[in-house]
Amino acid sequence: MNETTLQEIIEKERQEMAKYAHIIHVCAGTGCISSSSPLIIAALEKEIKERGLQDSVMVKQVGCMGLCAEGPIVSIKPDGILYKTVTPDDVPEILDSLGGEPVERLKIDTTQPFFTRQVKVTLAHSGSINPEKINDYIAQGGYQAEVKALTSMTPQEVIDEIKRSGLRGRGGGGFTTGQKWQMVHDAPGDTKYVICNADEGDPGAFMDRSILESDPHGVIEGMAIAAYAVGASYGYIYVRAEYPLAIKRLRLAIRQAEKNGFLGDNIAGTGKSFNIELRLGAGAFVCGEETALISSIEGERGTPRTRPPYPSVSGLLGYPTLINNVETLANVAHILRKGGDWFASIGTEKSKGTKVFALTGKIGNTGLIEVPMGITLREIIFDTGGGIPGGHRFKAVQTGGPSGGCIPESLLDTPVDYETLNQLGSIMGSGGMIVIDETSSILEVAKYFIEFSVDESCGKCLPCRIGNVQILNLLNKIIDRKGTMEDLDKLEELCEMVASTSLCGLGKAAPNPVLSSLKYFRDEFLERIAESGPAIPVEMPAKDSVRVNK
Amino acid sequence: MTIANPPVQKIEVDLNDRRWKLVRLTMEKHKFSRRALIETLHVIQDKFGYIDTDAIAYVAQELKIPLSKVYGVVTFYNDFTSKPAGEHTLMLCTGTACYVKGNDKIVEYMKEKYGLEPNQTTPDNKLSFLTARCVGACGLAPVMILDGQVMGKMTVEEMKAKIEEWIDHE
Repeated sequence: MNETTLQEIIEKERQEMAKYAHIIHVCAGTGCISSSSPLIIAALEKEIKERGLQDSVMVKQVGCMGLCAEGPIVSIKPDGILYKTVTPDDVPEILDSLGGEPVERLKIDTTQPFFTRQVKVTLAHSGSINPEKINDYIAQGGYQAEVKALTSMTPQEVIDEIKRSGLRGRGGGGFTTGQKWQMVHDAPGDTKYVICNADEGDPGAFMDRSILESDPHGVIEGMAIAAYAVGASYGYIYVRAEYPLAIKRLRLAIRQAEKNGFLGDNIAGTGKSFNIELRLGAGAFVCGEETALISSIEGERGTPRTRPPYPSVSGLLGYPTLINNVETLANVAHILRKGGDWFASIGTEKSKGTKVFALTGKIGNTGLIEVPMGITLREIIFDTGGGIPGGHRFKAVQTGGPSGGCIPESLLDTPVDYETLNQLGSIMGSGGMIVIDETSSILEVAKYFIEFSVDESCGKCLPCRIGNVQILNLLNKIIDRKGTMEDLDKLEELCEMVASTSLCGLGKAAPNPVLSSLKYFRDEFLERIAESGPAIPVEMPAKDSVRVNK
Repeated sequence: MTIANPPVQKIEVDLNDRRWKLVRLTMEKHKFSRRALIETLHVIQDKFGYIDTDAIAYVAQELKIPLSKVYGVVTFYNDFTSKPAGEHTLMLCTGTACYVKGNDKIVEYMKEKYGLEPNQTTPDNKLSFLTARCVGACGLAPVMILDGQVMGKMTVEEMKAKIEEWIDHE
C-alpha cells in the first residue's frame, strides 16, 4: 500500500459515487439503532428496489450525526437535507420528495446554532462515512497520514508535528500529547507498547463510544502513527464491554486494515510492523485510570499503582508504554494531514483544537457536539444546546463526571479550556456535560456521584475506600435534615483529606462533586441544616451505605 | 459465595460441550499465559451466564494461577457474576443523564412493587433487576433495557406502565 494505490481507491470510489443522484445517509449509531434505524435502512432498500431506483439512489449507513435525542436521523446528500425521528412509514414520502421539495414535517433546521456553532475535526468523518467500509474512509483521505508518516517522515518529525499542534490528552488530564510521545520515544529498549484507552466510564459521557462507532479507522490510523513515532510494534485497545457495537466495528476495522496492509508486518513496504489486539473491560470504572488499565490488560484486578515510574518508562509488563485516549488518537491523522500549525490555529493559547462534548440532562438538544476550545459554557448550553426545555431555570452544569464538579450560572461566561475549568473546581474531563435545572437538588447530585465513587473504589488505598463512605454518611445525614454545622465542617475536612491522600487520580478527584457544590451551592446545605432538629448523638453508619460484596 | 479448600484432584470439564471447548480454545490462543485470565473469564461468563466455583477452580488449574487470585479477579469486576441471572432481565441505566430524568424513581418502584433491589433476582428465578452505570445512549435518557431491547425517552409513569405490562406478559 502506498500513496499511488490510495489515490487509485479514491478515484474508483469517486466514480462509483458519481453515478448516484442521491445518497441517503441513515444514522447507525447506538442511539439511532435503538430507535429502529435498521428498519428504516431495510425499508429504504426495499422501496428503492421496487421503484427501480437502484442505479440512482443509494442508501448508506453512517455514524453519529449528533442530534441523538431526535433520532433516527436521516440525511439526503448532496442536497444537505436532514430529517429527524424518521419511521419506516416515512420512506415512500422521502423517496417521492427526492429532487423536489423536502418533507417539511420531518425537516431539521440546519441553520440553527446547534449546527452553525460546531467545528468538526475529530468528528469530521462521523455521519459521512460508512464505518464498516475501509474504502469509504480512504476516499475521504484516510490512511494518507499513516503512509506519509511511515514513508517520508522520521519518528522525531512526527513527534515534532504533534508538539507543534499543541494537542493535549482528551481523556481528562490534559497532558501534552507530544511530550508524552517524546518520553516513550526516548525511553530505552526495543519493546514498547501503545494502548488506546477506550474505557469510557464516566456516566453521561459517550464521546468515545460515538467516535469508535462512527470512525474506527481514524483511531486505528492514529494508533499506527503513534506506534511508529514511539517505536512500538504492538498495541492494545482496551474497550468497555458495554459498547458491543463499537467492539464489533473495531474488530471489523482491524481486520480490514490488516488486509489492506495498514496494520501487520512490513507496512507500506517500510519493514515496520504494528499489530493491534482488542481487550474488553469487565465493568470496573477504575480501569480508566492508566495504571489500573495496565493491570487489567495483564489479567489482574484493575487496581492502580503508584507513579512514578510512569507508564511511559515502565508500563505494560514493565516496558515503556504510550497510553492515549480515543479522542486524542482520533485527532492525530488530521494533524499530520493538515499540519500542526493548522490545528494550533483553533482554540485558546494553552488549549488547542476542538473538544467533543456529550450534552445530556435537562437540555434541548441532547447529543454529541464538537466545539472549538475557548467557547463559553453559556454558548454551549444556550446556543448549541438550545437552552433548558419546559420553561425551567438553569441551575448548574456538571462537567468531568465523578471527578468533576457543578458549575453555577454566574460562571457560565467562562471560556472552556483545561486551566479555567480546573480553577472553577471542576475539570474538563472526558467531555460529559450534564445540565441540571431547578427541579434537581444539588445535594442529591453530589450524593449520586459519591455513591458512584463508593461503589467503584477499587479498595486499594484507605482514603478513597473508607473516606468516601464517610463522606456519603455525612451527606446523607445532611440530606435527611439531621445534620449540624459541625457535620458540614467535618465534611469539608474529609473531602480535603481524601483529595490530598488518595493514591490515584480517581480517588484524588472523587470529592470534587461535593467540594464544588459546597463552594457554589452552600446555601442548599445550610438550608437543610437549618431545617434540622436539635443535635442528636453520634449515629452509626447506615448499613446500606457500606459496600456489600456480591 | 464460599470457596472450598484447593482441590487435590484434577478438575475435568466436559470438552464435548461446545462451551467448554471455546473456553479451552481461548486459553490455547493465549498459550495458557496468566494474562489470558480475564479473556477466559469473559468467555465463561458469556457462554454459561455465570462463573461458578468449579469454573474458577478449573481456570486456576489450567492457567496455573492460585485459586485465590482467580476468585479475586472474578469478584473485582462487575461483569462477572457467580450466580445465573433470571429468565428475564430488566436493566436500568443509572447514568447521570438517566438519573436526573427520573430513573432513581424506577429503582424505588422496583423495590416497592416487586421487592427487588438492584442486582437481585425474584425467588422463582423469573426476573433479574440489574442496573448499569451508563449504557452510553444518553440521548435517549431515561433508558431501560428489557431482555436486550433498548427503550428510552419515556416519562416515569410511562416506564412503570411498560414494566408492568412486560412483566405480566412474560
